[in-house]
Amino acid sequence: MAATELAPAPPSGSVIARAPRERTSAWPLIDRIGYYMCWAVGIGLCLIALAIVLFMFVKGISYLRPSLLLHSPAPSVVQSQSGGFLDPIEGTLLVAAIGTVLAAPLGVAIAAWLSEYRRPAWLARAVESAIEIISGAPSVVLALFGLLIFAQSFLGFLSQRAATGAVYGRSFFAAGAVMSVLALPLIVSSAREGFAQLPDRLREASYALGRTRATTIRRVLLPAIRPDIATGTALGMGRIVGDTAIITILLGAGLTIQPVGHTPVSSLLRGTGPTLTSYVYENSPAGEGLAPQKAYAAAFVLLLIVLALNAFVTWLTNRGAQPRERGRAYRLLRFEWIPWTR
Amino acid sequence: MLGALAVAVLVLIGAMLVTVLIKAWPSFSHNGLSWFGPGGDVDTQIRAMAESKPLPGHSLYYFRGWPLIWGTLLTTVLAVLIALVVSMLAAIFLTEFAPPAVRRVLDPVIRLLAGVPSVIYGLIGILVIARYIDNHWISNARRASVNYVVQLNGNDVMTATLILTLMILPIMVAITASALASVPGAWREGSLALGVNRWRTVWRVSLRTARPAIAAATVLATARALGEAVMLAMVSGGRGFAPNLLDGVTALFEPVRPLAATIFQNHEGLTIPVLAHTIYAMAAVLLVSAGMLSFAAWFAKQRFNRYGIRA
Repeated sequence: MAATELAPAPPSGSVIARAPRERTSAWPLIDRIGYYMCWAVGIGLCLIALAIVLFMFVKGISYLRPSLLLHSPAPSVVQSQSGGFLDPIEGTLLVAAIGTVLAAPLGVAIAAWLSEYRRPAWLARAVESAIEIISGAPSVVLALFGLLIFAQSFLGFLSQRAATGAVYGRSFFAAGAVMSVLALPLIVSSAREGFAQLPDRLREASYALGRTRATTIRRVLLPAIRPDIATGTALGMGRIVGDTAIITILLGAGLTIQPVGHTPVSSLLRGTGPTLTSYVYENSPAGEGLAPQKAYAAAFVLLLIVLALNAFVTWLTNRGAQPRERGRAYRLLRFEWIPWTR
Repeated sequence: MLGALAVAVLVLIGAMLVTVLIKAWPSFSHNGLSWFGPGGDVDTQIRAMAESKPLPGHSLYYFRGWPLIWGTLLTTVLAVLIALVVSMLAAIFLTEFAPPAVRRVLDPVIRLLAGVPSVIYGLIGILVIARYIDNHWISNARRASVNYVVQLNGNDVMTATLILTLMILPIMVAITASALASVPGAWREGSLALGVNRWRTVWRVSLRTARPAIAAATVLATARALGEAVMLAMVSGGRGFAPNLLDGVTALFEPVRPLAATIFQNHEGLTIPVLAHTIYAMAAVLLVSAGMLSFAAWFAKQRFNRYGIRA
């Protein structure tokens, strides 16, 4: 050790000269502590994410059997007889479809109005705050409100009616509709971002050709922001697929899909059933199922769906964006589609 | 046409606020401000409402929400405080010190952490973390010391806070990192040119400029933590207990159940009018606090915009 300390400094020509502030070893101790803590936190986060994903993969793969995906759940204490989670997967897809079908057109319409019309201004401001309130509102509260609405007697055709005439208020349609409220802010803000980034010459060229504002939006602007709409929709789906509170409150905790009535589509929409999230919850020690293996396997499938949606969004945004990862120009733009940051 | 749709959404949200408040009113009017105060066991009160058997000497509406509110405050404040420090360091790392290769990994990692559904966090919490804490961190002496009030089993403040921190961290990192990245390069270069090292430049220039954004991030994360129901319902152990800070470290191992988790666990009671009013009252408290937090975040962002920086 002493030898290296006493050794003469190498000739200055042979090393790359760096300013003292570039070398962390020359920093005051407190700065160096901060610097190393930054590294520790960064690496720590990577490790935590890795641990979560690896853990879920290991548990998922060790408990997941193809037959689980093809069989309906059955009420049984014995693990081998309690079936798989075909119904929850169908339920998740159904709720995601209903929610997206309702939220996407509505969200795009509101975004178009907010970006292109905005008149009267106070109304636009009020609508903006309303959207902000939904994006901050806890999903349990949304679910309670949804149950209240769908239990009104004139909406009885959307769910089940008891013999006494009381309306149940629980159905796939109700859950999907409340989920669409959850997805709405994400779609609105993606679409608005898309509208904001379109150059004005696009609109002006369209006006110059004698098109009205409505036609311009429909024929010129909407096709141009299609990737943004897709991003918003995928994000919204991610939130819908991952939500548990709305499902448990608006669909109950049944194990299988229970249609109401006999008309093909409406019986399903009016019916109740599980989704992957409620299935995981019910099978965890917090629910009643007490089948952690099944919960792990279903959670793994859920995680795969979420990761696929995530990858889809990444692909969509990377396709359009220029590679800007050099130095400070890298603006971390892609974070803007984490829910709640908008 | 489009305007009408926008108005419809506005009306819907307005209706939501009004209905929840109206449905909540009976509970508040029967209990007055004591609704927020301590008094008795919340779970007993909820059960009394569910069975329509008023507690002796009280009306059926009798409810004292302090344990739940305390639980909400405790988990939220702890999680936000930890996340504040960690997210600032992570954001600095991401924008300033991370080599491009590490950044390319960390970026999707943050998004992944944001995307994991809360039920999966809850599952990991209840099956892994709670069990680990139960087996390794809670000594028998500690268990015995509070045995006369509550059983310690790993479903506790510690588990809830740790997972909640992880859940709100991505939001805070994302907002803080974009704010740090949008600090004008000239300001930082000016500082570097004066011979200030990179850490001090971040600390003194970037972080100060980004302060409003950090405030906004904190507020939004608080709103998210307040509203988190499922994960907390899973790791709370189903007991509305108010951890007693006088127990010292043991308080960290006592069970806790915030407002949102209580709503989630008692939603079956919505068919019972009195209990429904009480549940709506909890929802109203959450909704009003979340609304105020949204407004605060908006306000904080306005201050950031004053610098002419859009984040």
